Formats: sequence, structure tokens, C-alpha cells
Amino acid sequence: MSNATPETTLSARNLTRRFSNLEVVHSVSLELKRGEVLGLLGHNGAGKTTTLQMLTGCLLPSDAEQYGCEIDICGISLLHHPAQAKAHIGYLPETPPLYRELSVDDYLTFAARLRGIKTADVAAALAQAKQRCGLEEVGKKTIGTLSKGYQQRVGIAQAIIHSPAVIVLDEPTVGLDPMQIRDVRTLIRELGDNHSVILSTHLLAEVEHVCDRVEIMQQGKLIYSGTSADMMQHGNGKMTLEEVFLDITENHAITENHLTAEPAP
Amino acid sequence: MIRLLALRELRSLFAMPSTWIVFAVLQFILAWFFLARLEAFLEIQPQLAQLANPPGVTTTVAAPMFNTLALLLMMLVPMFTMRLIAEERRNQTFALLLSAPLSGLHIVLGKFMGLLIFLVVLMTGVPLMLYTLVLGTNLDQGLMLSNLLGLLLLISSYVALGLYISALTTQPIIAAIGALAVLLGLWLVDIGTTAENSPWHLISPLNRFQNFNNGLLDSSDAAYFVLFTAVFLILTVKRLHNNRVYG
Repeated sequence: MSNATPETTLSARNLTRRFSNLEVVHSVSLELKRGEVLGLLGHNGAGKTTTLQMLTGCLLPSDAEQYGCEIDICGISLLHHPAQAKAHIGYLPETPPLYRELSVDDYLTFAARLRGIKTADVAAALAQAKQRCGLEEVGKKTIGTLSKGYQQRVGIAQAIIHSPAVIVLDEPTVGLDPMQIRDVRTLIRELGDNHSVILSTHLLAEVEHVCDRVEIMQQGKLIYSGTSADMMQHGNGKMTLEEVFLDITENHAITENHLTAEPAP
Repeated sequence: MIRLLALRELRSLFAMPSTWIVFAVLQFILAWFFLARLEAFLEIQPQLAQLANPPGVTTTVAAPMFNTLALLLMMLVPMFTMRLIAEERRNQTFALLLSAPLSGLHIVLGKFMGLLIFLVVLMTGVPLMLYTLVLGTNLDQGLMLSNLLGLLLLISSYVALGLYISALTTQPIIAAIGALAVLLGLWLVDIGTTAENSPWHLISPLNRFQNFNNGLLDSSDAAYFVLFTAVFLILTVKRLHNNRVYG
């Protein structure tokens, strides 16, 4: 477990995704090491969710061959051996994928078995996931009757129950109250010690508290990549993180427009 | 994995009140029909007894009952198949299955088996009612078995068709109407064609079921049902793959 150099758990190269003629994600490359929390920042519609869907195999990249696109999870190619690669992924989509008519215990047991945990080990995994997400009290309750905050926690619990190498969280703190947000952030930090976590967000405070590294996406492209500390330094310590973010994205928008306005040589 | 998905499907079905209501109402209708048929049989039995080779209770009570059940299923199955994939996509729970280490075939077979098992359980009332007749008379076991086999094949073909249509849309209601429309269409083509040996009769599942209903086991009928089911299951797998490709 205690390797000198942390292994790369996720590497994606040249992810491109088109919906008919609209290019939503353009040539995005990401790399993630064990014990790292990566924040994917960006405005609404920047392509964050689409990128995460591709990383989890819910959506296939467009023309993978043509763009030289590759996604490796723990060294297993997601595009060529999807079943083996997906065993190492835990995914919480934007809307938690909950069967509202099941009880929390039934649902989490199903999620654990679905990810290939053996029947004998399910009870232990279930207890651990519930304890981590603070769900001990509500195990017998039907998911549909729970509050939004608890449902979100059940969503996180299903993503971590099989202790995957890569945990993908799409806006994990949306709709939570401040206390719950704090709890979830602490949880993500904890998870970041042993797993790789990639989370998308547009909340900058989240990045500051949780992430080791930041990638900023705009109009389907990665326009900035650095550690959270780098990002703070970007404004020479004078700017808040919010100003830095706006500075980066707006500057990029200006240069983009400038480039497209000029006729090609 | 297929068993796990099928069990999840069953658990969700039985957690919903509407399932139990359908269950209860269906048993009531079928019991009513059974008793009505039985009463009619008892009334005409003295006249039947005068015939040289009188039709027995299996032909006059059991066979019509299976026939009615086959018609009822045409309307009932779309109500259950509509949820299978369309609702998962609408509630965005499908991402859980898509990001799990499963192939598309696992997902499709799991859902197919889950609903098939449920419908078989839903139908068990009918043979149970019919077998109570054993207390007073002899049943034609061959005719019973051919009917039961025919019914099982008919249900699997309906479920496969409904599953495919459910994969085409994200609106369960549209999936239900679509499946019902196709099943009704196949039925109407059959009863609307007057020519006895027209090929149109051959494409209708209900027409194929008639042979089983009359106690005639024809391997071409069985092959038809197996092919019908397999084609729609394969189309569903293809459709799920295309959803990942085209979004």
C-alpha cells in the first residue's frame, strides 16, 4: 500500500465528444494518482459532466481511434475491457442513481453485489460505507422518504462501497445544507488519502478545502491545470480564489475570441 | 449477475402498491371467468354426454381460459415492460448499471428474466384453479402442458418486445403505448386476414399460440417464439450500446 511513488490510477488521453455536430468536449487529457483529489472546475455547460460520463463508461468518446483516445483505469483500458476496468470505478452522477422504492440497506447491498463484492463480504462493506457516510440510523428506511441530504449521502455510499481505486463525484455537495457540506468535504478528504477522487464542481470554496489539484474547463477544453496552491498564487496572493477563477476563464475567453476573429493564414 | 439484476427487478416490483393491486384484480377476474366457464360446462354437460365423443372439461374450461389469458397478457405486459429501461433512464438510475462492471447483455437478460419470473408468478393462479378440478374429474394432462408451455413462450416474446420498446424512449408511457400498439397491430393483422393460408397469420404471436391452445405442439411454432424473443433481446443490447455511442 505504501508505495514510494504513488501509482497512476486513471489516465485519459484526447477525450473528445460530439453530440451530432456540437463538440462538447475537445481533446481533454487527465491523469490522476492514488491519494490525490482532483477538482474539475468550470462554468455551467463547460463539459464537466460529459467528461466524467466518459471516464466512467456511461458514454463512449467520439471517434476514439481517430483522435487517439485512451482511458486507462489502474492500467486496464476502459474502451477495450470495460467490465474489468469498471470494477475499479465508483461513480456518483449529478442525480444520485437511487431506486426510491428500496430500503437503504437493500439498495447498498445491491450496489455492492453489482460491483462484484462476494456475498460473504457484503455485510462488512455495507457497515463500513454506512459508517463513513453517516447512514447507520436510516438503514431500514425507504430511500424515497429520505431528505435530499440523506439521499445524496446514499449516493456517495454506493460509489465508495466497493472501495474503488477511482472515485468520480459529479457535484457531490449540491443541495446539501452547510453542516452536510462540511461533512461531505471531510469525507472526500478522507477518501483522498487511500483512493483517487475526481470531483466536478462550480463551488470554489470546495476546491480550496478539498482538492490537491485543479483543472479548469471551458467550452470543452482544459484551459488551466495546477495545484490549488498554484491557483492561489496566480493572483499574487491579492486576489480571492473566485477572482482568480474569473480572471483565468475570462482571459481565456478573450484570447479565444481574438484568435477566432483573425482569419487563418 | 443476471440473477442479481433479476432479483432487484422483482424486489422493486413487489415494493410498489400498484403491483399488488394488479395482482389482486387479475386473480379476481380470472377466478370469475373460471367459475363462469365451469358453470356453463355443468349446465350443458348432460347434453354433451349424449355425444359419441364428448369434449371434456379441459377442452371446454381450461383451453378457453388460457386463450383469454393470452389476450389479457397483450394488454398487461406493456404495463410492466414500460418501466424496465425507460423509467431507469428518466430517473437517471441507469448510470448505476452503466458504470458497473456489466455487459449490455447482462443488463438486458437480467431485466428480461426478472419480469419473466414475475409474470410467471402472476399467472400461477390459473393452473392452480384448473388443477382443483382434479378433485372431481380427470384433466387432459397433455393439453394442459401444451397450453402452459405455449403461455410461457408467449409471455417471453411479449416481454422481449416490450423491453426493446422501453429501450427506445425515456418516457414510460410512450413505451407502454408503443408496445401495446405493436402487439395489437400483430393481432389485428392476424384476425383481419380472412384468407386461411395467408402468410400474415404466421407473424402473429397469438396465432402461433392457437396451436398450443389446441394441444398441437409444432416445432416451427416453438422456433418462432424463440427467434422472436432472441431478436428483440439482441436489438435491445444493440440499442443500449448505441445509447452510449450517440448519447
